[in-house]
Amino acid sequence: MAFTIQFIIDVLSLGGAYALMALGLVIIYGILRLVNFAYGELIMVAGYTMYLSSGSGLPWIVMASLAVAMAVVFGIFTDYAAFRPVRAKSVTAVLITSFAFSNLLQNAALLFISPRPRNVPLPPIFSQTVEIGGAITPVRNLITIAASIVLLAAVAYLMRKTTLGIAMRAAATNFTMARMLGVPANLIISSAFALSGFLAGVVGILWIGRIGTVVPGVGLEPLLVAFIATVIGGMRSLPGAVVGGFLLALIDTTLNYTLPQDLLKFRDAFTFTLVILILLWRPAGLIKGPASGQRT
Amino acid sequence: MLEVRDLSVSYGAIRAVRGISFSLGRGELVSLLGANGAGKSSTIKCIAGALRASGGAITLEGRDITAASPEQVVRAGLATVPETRDVFPDLTVAENLMLGAYIHRRDQAGNRDNLERMHALFPRLSERSNQAAGTLSGGEQQMLVIARALMSRPSVLLLDEPSLGLAPAIVDRIFEMIETLKKSGLTILLVEQNVNQALAVADRAYVMRLGSIVASGTADEIRSTSDLSAHYLGS
Repeated sequence: MAFTIQFIIDVLSLGGAYALMALGLVIIYGILRLVNFAYGELIMVAGYTMYLSSGSGLPWIVMASLAVAMAVVFGIFTDYAAFRPVRAKSVTAVLITSFAFSNLLQNAALLFISPRPRNVPLPPIFSQTVEIGGAITPVRNLITIAASIVLLAAVAYLMRKTTLGIAMRAAATNFTMARMLGVPANLIISSAFALSGFLAGVVGILWIGRIGTVVPGVGLEPLLVAFIATVIGGMRSLPGAVVGGFLLALIDTTLNYTLPQDLLKFRDAFTFTLVILILLWRPAGLIKGPASGQRT
Repeated sequence: MLEVRDLSVSYGAIRAVRGISFSLGRGELVSLLGANGAGKSSTIKCIAGALRASGGAITLEGRDITAASPEQVVRAGLATVPETRDVFPDLTVAENLMLGAYIHRRDQAGNRDNLERMHALFPRLSERSNQAAGTLSGGEQQMLVIARALMSRPSVLLLDEPSLGLAPAIVDRIFEMIETLKKSGLTILLVEQNVNQALAVADRAYVMRLGSIVASGTADEIRSTSDLSAHYLGS
């Protein structure tokens, strides 16, 4: 029983984080048909904002909000710096500019802060553990689960019930038609980047909360995870990203529990093998997105 | 109302529209006829702001909209129904209509009135309000895109091939509806391949061939003077 509870909590907390990361990536992809490779750096920005504000004496929640706000600002800035100037040109151009922007941010962190890990302030609750039904689990896992439930519900509400969300979904299917109804292209794109940055900021705090430190390359793993989760779930579908995130977490956690000690370091090889199998079975991902529209 | 002067549209080296001029008076229904590839849809897309003009000028009620973006064009009072019948398939009928009123989103009362008018004009849409638009039949989707365009309360409506791929009985209903809209005072530019039905409702018509206007006049003049089948068959 304790084992089952432990397993479920692990899957849900990892899956919640993965799902939020994937959602942040797929929101941009759905509208622009472009993968934002600078997405991981938004998590880095959130981490360094926490580090830089750690001496300020502000309450933790204020620092955390500041970190999320900075991720939002940098999300929108990504659009202006890497996407908007070359958006109408070619896919390759935007691919390269988003890589370049990612590199630029990482190198700025290397140069102006440090290549070494920096401590991020965390409230004591992040290092406490709690016993549930005989299973001992870190409280931060429960916080992650709660945060992902709240955020997934909030994003679902935004996308289904608000005019902005419905306009974003419409733009994801047919951007030109949405514009012909008067939906301003730039507003939709900026909102997508802002939402993506918001999700990256929150995930950043939860993700960095596991390790307690931030390094310039901290965003690489979340970017990879988000990318794989969206590929499994279906690049064009928001529910697909969430499903993909949880499925990837289920695979990772199951392997963690079942692989013998000396094979554990090859866990990713096993994970990717399973991902390849899933894609052989369903090349377009588990959940198909809306009928394909034109790239804009 | 709408005036197009020396309009040219190019796709790279290919000139799809070669300096055409035409105009629509207030409350007029003008038809733009021509075979596939004559440049009709390029003209429509260009007026709607979805395609850049390579030359010429477009004015709407005296305002220059040549370089306007699609969202600026609809704000200026011109709504477009593209030939591709672009409903948002994952959104419900109600959500599609709501987005049609995007530019009036602060005027909820006005939108409700307008929605009631649309439901009266297209009863099928009110029955299917909560259904995903992708599940509608072709004719219902056509009605939805027209109703959605009207939700923006335009003064000019561009209709690109509303009869394309629909059963004859449905086409008749669409044309009846176009006449109703005309009677309500709306200015309409109707692009059609269905020449006879288009001429039956139109006040005037222009015939395009290979990117140029080759004939113009009242519906009767077009019918009697120009050899339409020649333009269509390209002989």
